[in-house]
Amino acid sequence: MSDTEDNGLSLKIVRDATCTFCGCVCDDIDLHVQGHKIVEAKRACVLGTAWFLNHEIEDRPSCLVEGQPAPLADGIERAAQILATARYPLIYGLSDTTCESQRVAVSIGDWIGGLVDTTTSVCHGPSGMAFQNVGEVTATLGEVRNRGDMIIFWGSNPAESHPRHFTKYSLMPKGMFLPNGRKDRTCVVVDVRKTKSAKAADIFIPIKPRKDFEALWTLRALAQDLPLDGDLVERETGVAIAVWQDLMVRMKKARYGVIFFGMGLTMTRGKHANSEALLALTRDMNRYTRFVCKPNRGHGNVTGADNVVSWRTGYPFGVNLARGYPRFNPGEYTASDVLARREADAAMIIASDPMANFSQPAREHLASIPYIAFDPKETPTTRHATVAFNVATYGINVPGTVYRMDDVPIPLRPAFESPLPSDFDVLQGIEKRVRELLGIVPAAAGTG
Amino acid sequence: MPLADSFILIPGRTSKQGVGISEGKFQSGYQEEIHALQMTSHDMQRLGIATGDRVRLISEWGSIEVAVVPSKGDELPVGILFIAYGDLSSRLMGGDTHGSGMPTSKGIDVRLEVMGCPTPKTTG
Repeated sequence: MSDTEDNGLSLKIVRDATCTFCGCVCDDIDLHVQGHKIVEAKRACVLGTAWFLNHEIEDRPSCLVEGQPAPLADGIERAAQILATARYPLIYGLSDTTCESQRVAVSIGDWIGGLVDTTTSVCHGPSGMAFQNVGEVTATLGEVRNRGDMIIFWGSNPAESHPRHFTKYSLMPKGMFLPNGRKDRTCVVVDVRKTKSAKAADIFIPIKPRKDFEALWTLRALAQDLPLDGDLVERETGVAIAVWQDLMVRMKKARYGVIFFGMGLTMTRGKHANSEALLALTRDMNRYTRFVCKPNRGHGNVTGADNVVSWRTGYPFGVNLARGYPRFNPGEYTASDVLARREADAAMIIASDPMANFSQPAREHLASIPYIAFDPKETPTTRHATVAFNVATYGINVPGTVYRMDDVPIPLRPAFESPLPSDFDVLQGIEKRVRELLGIVPAAAGTG
Repeated sequence: MPLADSFILIPGRTSKQGVGISEGKFQSGYQEEIHALQMTSHDMQRLGIATGDRVRLISEWGSIEVAVVPSKGDELPVGILFIAYGDLSSRLMGGDTHGSGMPTSKGIDVRLEVMGCPTPKTTG
């Protein structure tokens, strides 16, 4: 069957389109497209449906300079001037665009000797630090689907953030070694709230806020049969030691355990220490049975951003290229920090919205420096930008590659062409002009 | 002096907020979701708060004003508040990431001040 069909009534059907809203990156969506509008997205969840049906062509200029409509070439020129003349420029975002665009953005960062950071730093960046310290016992979602008979969600609420996680990968599917699907799996949710995901679990363990580290180390101790003070455990974690003991017995009895963890760990006090404790627990469990873990990644291609920045610089996020070679130091070279400390003197924000999601000191500084923003939607970040590019949407208008949360690369199958430029094309234009301005290549006739 | 009490605030994702991102961040669906503070019925009763009443949340780093809605069933424990991620929840974060790149965005200590009833809508 062809990927794209046209029934002759101006209704185009795109088979197996890829949804890039969340890290599940579902690539089995059938889109019904009329002109420049998707009218139906079969098999998409509530988030995917909203993603596909709300990205039509908006009647906005493709480029704004100082808030005024401008020719695209003028925007590219202004953006290149800002980046080429900055002393400590920041390139940030990248989790909602293709790997191809991410690659160009990193190149620009390299030419200008800037910082390259992605939304990973305010998502699973602490987990990225933990991977370097502990390692990751990992698996693809396909392995989870076919083998995982004990599924633990820790500080993660996929029922709201990844609505097809349960049905496509982790709980409901009948797998190669799980012929009865859900009946063959035990699901445990550990969280401070009884979330929608907790209601789908066999066991819900409500822990005290900010006590993940203590709870995970309790389990590490129990795995090794170390004696523990039950009163202290309950006082610290809010959960009776008998509950943790029961969980450990179940974990050891599992044939293939999986821990999916979320920002309940990484955004809470402890951060990378919390993720390290969970990774270490997973590693420990492999003395008794097979256990793996995966962070539940949020944005559609945040995993791609980790991969692209890693293969270009050796580090996944928060990379400083100012000395001509990459340096990595979260807290020093990460976007939130360099803005809150008022260090960056220019920025290029690609497909993210720090003006809505960063701390107030970081937002105030970003608003005070020249910056460039790319987004298919109008956001607080595009509204304040010196140069704002209204670009085509990846996956809906733009082809390319994205990475699912388990590091599996998946191709995009766009639904319709956009009259707007892709961020890839604009970034390539900026890269070319930056190289000219820096004297790396001669300026083309008519420029400079 | 307004009635005040201490809580732990958990900002997080909701599917409504996710839908709102695609619909547009300046649209009513997204704005309503990120402006709604969820609280247990027990805490609402204890503080004399009705649905829609406005409260002020004050953290070490900032303050916001939001409307209260009751949390569903037993979703929240007493003493915990929930709000969808967004502009408002981020105003309560500090700039320091403690060497991690990540501001402390969940489990934020806040003081809650009851402000009173919502402003009545004008008609005509």
